[in-house]
Amino acid sequence: MSLLEAREVGKRYGPVVALESANLSVDAGEVHALLGANGAGKSTFVKILTGVIQRDGGSVELRGEPVRVSSPSQAARIGLAPVFQDPALVPDLTVAQNIRLTGLAVEEVRQRLHTMDIDIDFTEQAGDVPLPLLRMIDLARAMARDPQLLLLDEITAALPSDLAERVFAVMEDWRRRGRSVLFITHRLAEVIAMCDRATVLRDGSDVGTVIPREGGERQIVEHMLGPEAAMAEARAAEVDETAPVAAGAATGAGAITVEVSGLRVGSLAGVSFSLRAGEILGIAALEGQGQDDLFAVLAGERRAEGGELNVAGKALRPRHPYDAIRSGLVLVPADRLLALLPQRSVRENIAAPRYNRIGRWGPINPREESRRVSTAIEALQIDTRAQGQVRRLSGGNQQKVTIARWLASGFQTLLCFDPTRGIDVGTKRQIYTLLRRLADDGAAILFFSSELSEFPLVCDRVLTLFGGRITDELAGEGADEASLLRAMHGLVEEVTA
Amino acid sequence: MTSSAAVEARPRRGLNAGRLGRRHGWTVGVYVLLLLLILYWHTIPANWGSFDVQSLAIDALPLAFAAMAQSVVIISGGIDLSVGSLISLVNVVSAKYMIDMGFRNALLFGALLLLGSAAAGAFTGSLIVLTRVPDIVVTLAMLFVWAGVALEILQIPGGGAPTQYLQLGTGHWWSQWIPSGLVIVLLAYAIFWLPLRWARPGLALYSIGSNRNAAYLSGVGVARTRIFAYALGGLFCGLAGLSLSATSGIGDPNAGQYYTLNSVAAAVLGGVLLVGGVGGLIGPIAAAFVVTLVKTILILKGVDQNWAQVIQGTLIIVVVMIGGLAIRQRRRT
Amino acid sequence: MSAGSPQIASPAARLRAAQRLLSDNPAIALTFIFIALFVVTDIVNRAQSGKAFLTPTQVSTTFLYAAPLALLAAGQTLVMLTGGVDLSVATTATAGAFITSGTAQAQGTGTALLLALGLGFGIGLVNGIGVAIFRVNPLIMTLGISSVTLGALTIYSQKRFVALVPNIVNTLGSSRFLKYVPYDLLVWAPIAALIILGLRYSGFGRMIFAVGDNPVACRLAGVRVWQVLLLVYALCGAFSAVAGILLVGFNDAADLGIAAPFLLPSVAAVVIGGTSILGGSGGYGGTILGALILTVLDSLLTILNASQALKQILYGAIILALAWLYARTSSSD
Repeated sequence: MSLLEAREVGKRYGPVVALESANLSVDAGEVHALLGANGAGKSTFVKILTGVIQRDGGSVELRGEPVRVSSPSQAARIGLAPVFQDPALVPDLTVAQNIRLTGLAVEEVRQRLHTMDIDIDFTEQAGDVPLPLLRMIDLARAMARDPQLLLLDEITAALPSDLAERVFAVMEDWRRRGRSVLFITHRLAEVIAMCDRATVLRDGSDVGTVIPREGGERQIVEHMLGPEAAMAEARAAEVDETAPVAAGAATGAGAITVEVSGLRVGSLAGVSFSLRAGEILGIAALEGQGQDDLFAVLAGERRAEGGELNVAGKALRPRHPYDAIRSGLVLVPADRLLALLPQRSVRENIAAPRYNRIGRWGPINPREESRRVSTAIEALQIDTRAQGQVRRLSGGNQQKVTIARWLASGFQTLLCFDPTRGIDVGTKRQIYTLLRRLADDGAAILFFSSELSEFPLVCDRVLTLFGGRITDELAGEGADEASLLRAMHGLVEEVTA
Repeated sequence: MTSSAAVEARPRRGLNAGRLGRRHGWTVGVYVLLLLLILYWHTIPANWGSFDVQSLAIDALPLAFAAMAQSVVIISGGIDLSVGSLISLVNVVSAKYMIDMGFRNALLFGALLLLGSAAAGAFTGSLIVLTRVPDIVVTLAMLFVWAGVALEILQIPGGGAPTQYLQLGTGHWWSQWIPSGLVIVLLAYAIFWLPLRWARPGLALYSIGSNRNAAYLSGVGVARTRIFAYALGGLFCGLAGLSLSATSGIGDPNAGQYYTLNSVAAAVLGGVLLVGGVGGLIGPIAAAFVVTLVKTILILKGVDQNWAQVIQGTLIIVVVMIGGLAIRQRRRT
Repeated sequence: MSAGSPQIASPAARLRAAQRLLSDNPAIALTFIFIALFVVTDIVNRAQSGKAFLTPTQVSTTFLYAAPLALLAAGQTLVMLTGGVDLSVATTATAGAFITSGTAQAQGTGTALLLALGLGFGIGLVNGIGVAIFRVNPLIMTLGISSVTLGALTIYSQKRFVALVPNIVNTLGSSRFLKYVPYDLLVWAPIAALIILGLRYSGFGRMIFAVGDNPVACRLAGVRVWQVLLLVYALCGAFSAVAGILLVGFNDAADLGIAAPFLLPSVAAVVIGGTSILGGSGGYGGTILGALILTVLDSLLTILNASQALKQILYGAIILALAWLYARTSSSD
């Protein structure tokens, strides 16, 4: 029995087409995945379905009745409850007040949390509650409305596995009770495990609905990229499987660019390692093991509490990102919003770091700037068709701009903190290839990712971080998911200092 | 698939001294400051008595209301530069017409003016919502508009009010040491703010100041709430204007200028963060008294009026600078 | 990202193209408005007094009058591009006026002018320190500074000294050469060129836009944001001082209220010119047109015998209408 039917839904923002013509059909008692590359329109679609924004064309039917969802509160009333990646909780109110804000009973939500085995202090200010728990509260709030359709937008992104398990349990339960879930995710493994059907969006339209268990990852990727691209993709993947390791062995050991000894900051109790030119060194760690503090210190964002940092042989105590950048240490953050100037053009964004010191505040050399910017754009294959403001670019292109900035101003060591988070498969591959090329050209790269499968593809060596220290070092081929996981939990045979 | 250590939520139940301190420390600090200033104050004039406290209350009353008006708007995530002009307008209208009225009529007229000022605030709020122009620009424009209207109604200071009305602000209630001015402020607080504060309208107000998007997603009627905030602010501006008429006895189209900057200063001094979503109205009331008291003390010590303005301005800046540092410690960003 | 759509020259598409052209180049629309206003004023003037307004003399007078406003708005543009606002430009200009006339006799014209500029720069620096280092909200910081400056100037003005406006300053502020070219253009034009070229072709200009757009990203890119802000506010103060020098030249005497009527118009000119008050986009070209438009408007209102009150109301309405227009044309994103 069809619960939700969306036909030819469209949405434009001036010249930019967010959704061309999207169709979706969700049955009762189904867990349905919504997939697609960044910029394909998934988030826009969900926002339209839940009344956050209004559609331009097309129709939506709920249980056979046409509806126009005009606001989030109306969506809730007719049985559609979303949970977005950024929890809709207001930081300055307590959890209880946040719940009362939506007109729900506090006890109801508390009960829902109990069924997920979670116990939270409701008098805590929402701003003080860690993000994963906020998501669970948001989920409990959505469940308390007893909706027909739960729409989960990237809810498992950056969620620890035990909480993710509970989300899956909720999804199972929902299906059992004859209700439905629309599940947006980038994690194909989850789709295959949990979902009955999956609809793929590409360039603002749906291109196919598959049964994940039958078609598998390949079919989905093919839909997302388009048939020709998918084949090229597959070929590239085969080549890349072996390339990283081979290249790492070929270049051998370059000079040590960064040496960290006994670093203490936040939850790091004493981290030591060295990074050489020409290598891609991975840092693998569970949530909250201090990897963000590590990168923050190296990037000059935070001050270390103890230990030493040597760059190219000289001691460095960065007090501002500028100090780190001067020493060649540049950061590519996970959150693009931290790195980009939304209203400025691609060119200005890429050129920005060049003028970060007073000495460069004088007249610009337009030819030099053009040259560097064009070189960077080419190297990264940035799609500059949607010109004007950088905020109009897709997520993948935006991330490329983030990296392009450093190509244009020069660097020695690239600190990549989860650079492919929330990015489509095609762009990910491009970034891996680029990182490899940069390393081959002599750069040193420190790489952290929240997706374990990336480590063997990208890195020459991988260090695992647990309990505030480096627990193990694995070479490229030895860095399979199983070994990484063990080391990340601190389960190593040999005792490493 | 990512994996991580299990996240354990260990709830901290009940009242926690640290948390209470963080949330209310600033407000308590302002009250302590007020107390210290009062203690200092009473050493200065020869026969300091309850009369001085009553005078202080009369003096501070309009600013206290102005601070409440500004605080409501700032908490909701906005700012209102037209506070001073709206106060002038109410002041001028009331003085022009009340001079010919009896006490009862004057009160009724006052109530009517309150409705009017609330409507004026709602108008400003509606403009902000409908035109999507930033609130600074809109309230800046309304500052012009209200000031112009006030000027049209009364070109030079004048007007008046019935005697009993003028006496509303003076005197004391129950005890010599509880000035009427203070009682009026607290009554207004209890009638117009307290019932809302912890109920859904109040929560909605705080939510849009804290994170407008999250509030919207939570189902809060953002547009409605913003307009409501400005309307409530307008109401308090009306009270400020009416109390200005009562305490000064005349209408002055330029009288309100003083209140725009000082209402923001009192709000910030009272613990309302300019980013929105944080603070209450009790702090700004005390802060208004502090600001007024500083002025009084300076005059008592024979400081030239202009020097007093310089000192007061400098103090405001210093306080806000310290407040800025405090925000850096507190906020996660 | 769909493939390129075929070029259909339908009326709807043409209208949209025209809209986009206007919104990307507000200067075009503004120039039209400026000329249209001039024509309207001409018509009204002929109706009122039989005399024409669209004469070379009047055009020249408009530019003469607009220069001080445009200079105040210049600093304001830079500040607003970084996402702030400077409400002390008028008092800083007044300070420049007083220093010029107060020290010229004793120190000589050259030194007096340098002192005025230095003072303006210094006041701006203080604003910058408050905003950039202590993270005080620019609104409060600059309002507070303006109140302090005004108090200090009042004290200064009460001292007995010889106030003399040097001849050259007089000439700069009020005279013309070649019959129609105001001398103050010799001051304004180079500064305008410096700002427009600087914003577009200098690293500092890029940083101004960047800081207004996303200061967090700037920091991560190694920019010391406080340096940028400090210099921006200091420059704003310096330009305000220049405006003050022109004003005192025009007025032939320093006066505490000499620049007060220009404060809010300085913000209005920037808003009209299309610079977003949130920062990150805009420029000085539009501001210049905004200043010109406001100056003609003022003439029109004077001819219409509009009262001060009416002028104020109209100002407010205009700021609002234009800001709304910009919000509409840029919200199609």
